[in-house]
Amino acid sequence: MTASGAANGVDERRRLPRSRLRHLLRTITGDQAAAVVLIVPSVLAVGVFVYGFIGWSALVSVSKWNTVRPDYTYVGLDNFRTLFDNFRFQIDIRNTIFFTAVFVGACLVIGFGLAALLDRQIKGEGIFRSIYLFPMAVSFIVTGVVWRWLLAPRAGVNLLTEKAGFSPIHYGWYTDPTIHYVHAGSRFADVLHWAGLGFLADPNYGIPMAMISVVIAATWQMSGFVMVMYLAGLRAIPEELREAARVDGASEVQILRRISLPLLRPVTLSAMIILGHQSLKIFDLVISMTRRGPGFATDVPALFMYETTFQANNFSRGAAISIVMLVAVSILVVPYLAWSLRREARL
Amino acid sequence: MLAKSRVYLLVLAMAAAVLVLAVGCGDGEEEPSPTATAGTPSALTGKLEIFSWWTTGGEAAGLQKLFDLYPSACPGDVEIVNATVAGGGGAAARQVLTTRMLGGDPPGSFQVHMGHELTDTWVTTNYMEPIDALFQQEGWNSVFPQGILDIISYQGKPYSVPVNIHRANVLWYNKKVFTDNNLQPPATFDEFFTVADALKAKGITPLALGDVESFASVQLLETVLLGSLGADGYNGLWTGTTDWNGADVTAALDTFKKLLGYVNSDHSSLSWDQANDLVISGEAAMTIMGDWLHGDNKAKNFQDSGWAPSPGTTGMYDALSDTFGLPKDDPNPDAAKCWLKVAGSKAGQEAFNPLKGSICARTDCDRSLFDEYLQSAMDDWAQDAIVPSLAHGAAASPSWLADISDAVTAFVTDQDVGGLQSRLVDACKAATVCS
Repeated sequence: MTASGAANGVDERRRLPRSRLRHLLRTITGDQAAAVVLIVPSVLAVGVFVYGFIGWSALVSVSKWNTVRPDYTYVGLDNFRTLFDNFRFQIDIRNTIFFTAVFVGACLVIGFGLAALLDRQIKGEGIFRSIYLFPMAVSFIVTGVVWRWLLAPRAGVNLLTEKAGFSPIHYGWYTDPTIHYVHAGSRFADVLHWAGLGFLADPNYGIPMAMISVVIAATWQMSGFVMVMYLAGLRAIPEELREAARVDGASEVQILRRISLPLLRPVTLSAMIILGHQSLKIFDLVISMTRRGPGFATDVPALFMYETTFQANNFSRGAAISIVMLVAVSILVVPYLAWSLRREARL
Repeated sequence: MLAKSRVYLLVLAMAAAVLVLAVGCGDGEEEPSPTATAGTPSALTGKLEIFSWWTTGGEAAGLQKLFDLYPSACPGDVEIVNATVAGGGGAAARQVLTTRMLGGDPPGSFQVHMGHELTDTWVTTNYMEPIDALFQQEGWNSVFPQGILDIISYQGKPYSVPVNIHRANVLWYNKKVFTDNNLQPPATFDEFFTVADALKAKGITPLALGDVESFASVQLLETVLLGSLGADGYNGLWTGTTDWNGADVTAALDTFKKLLGYVNSDHSSLSWDQANDLVISGEAAMTIMGDWLHGDNKAKNFQDSGWAPSPGTTGMYDALSDTFGLPKDDPNPDAAKCWLKVAGSKAGQEAFNPLKGSICARTDCDRSLFDEYLQSAMDDWAQDAIVPSLAHGAAASPSWLADISDAVTAFVTDQDVGGLQSRLVDACKAATVCS
């Protein structure tokens, strides 16, 4: 959009009468003119098509629009109130937090592990790098379909162990409806209750086992990307630092822990932000792999938003869900943007 | 001077950008066709866009048959545009349709499930024209059963023409499994549970379910509600005369829970047709699914298929239908009305339905065109009590259906009858049918 808008802006300029253009060009430098002309269309386009529509969604989220006929009657925060009372949305919040935590954690650990292994100046590094990065070139839809089959209880992994001669496993993967949580009345629940955290003894604060299958698929796709980030970070660490540590008698593990990891903190933060905002709004992987899952065990806010808006025609509630998602992502991204802007200003 | 020129340039650039945007936006809008209001019905011209999600197999072939019939029934020079959006039982198509209708660009006529999916989406919101005149003119009030006329009407006026009828409450079973184990297909829930226990003892899954798409479990619940409450009790759920909080609904939900104890454990990873594969292979004995499953059996060349009304629903026809209606501001209303005439005609329905694998909504179609299952369905259609299907949009509004579907998805896992019932009561209240 930005590119085509800018090109059109240039065309517009070319069409001006020549004498006037010359006059204008005499008063300001070409660079300044080009900068303004190039930037205005994209600013306008982003202003309308991003921020304008965010504002419109916010407007819809406080309206009564729950049929196909738009109805902008103001209802305050009613939609948000009913949304947070909705049992499905409560489950979705649990799922999103669990998914984000495990997915980001797994990607960071695996990505860093792969990067540390590849950073040993081994032969054929480029080949391995490509292999690990390839899953990222695949669309989440494709990943979802493939892993749906791989983890289907009647096919894929379960069958593989059987064909390999081991005893067959009957693990349900994403069909497993188990939620691990602190059962009310158990000893641990009593401890929680004593600490004033009794509300945690509830399935809505549990671990949905089916979600682990989705985490596996997402991690498969994204850990290569994290590896590349870490690899670049590792390469940016001056060899002298490590060399000096070696001279001081530090082991390789110590070098990794005391020198590489602290210097990689900005990379870790960037990776967390990129993966985190992706997992908070994940949709395509879930809809192609598991959909709601057993008892909403793999349901996510984006899927709920899609069904509410486009199947139930409840546009105001759908807008409310999308605003909640936007706020969640903002909480993650805005401090990071502020931090990196400040850092840029310092440099 | 310098600053002034800069401001001038900035304004100029912004104006240019606005122009670009305006031109870009303007491209999307088409001029209304000049033929929209002109001309008499006898000389139809222009384009007629028929919007549907029939893109593959028998559905697409049947649609083409209807297109082929159009020129002879509707003299003139109308060019039919086949506007299809594939996928998801129409979910993708409905989104595109919503965008177009809200954008003031309705197609000539569009496919929509009969009943509340049409009524509560497009009729109550004033996007559709009533077609009672067409029904009178074509004499359709006597060829369609009264049950279906009630479902397609809002405030006494019909709003769409049903092209086909599918039945949701069918129990499909593997004949060989039943004869091998000396069993009879069950007609009541008591019989069902007796048969199911016998099958379970033999290591056969009694009931195959594939609810990766949530409609399958909702449809199962709907057949149980119908079988337990009867046709009147079931109809009352949707009009507010049957109490969702009542003991008979509790009993039905208990039956539903018991039924779920006999399904395959991996149901949430399978689609309905993959569940049917379990019946075909003999791993499972029965499945409760709509009669589009008959087409799946034919495609997979499965000969041992038996069918019966789902438990407790003998004499009841849980119907869903694809219908076509007339949008307001139709770009070519006369051509569209003639399309509806073709879609509701005997010739049209006889051409379409054998290919689609459904029966005519009309009761006067030629039996010999249909296979054995469809003939039995036609017999039932002519005499059974007709009730609207919940899972396929006929019984409840889309948002009510979404609430019920959420409650059922949770229930299939947590099996909490009290929780399900209170959520169903809340859903009815949210739909403003119950107070």
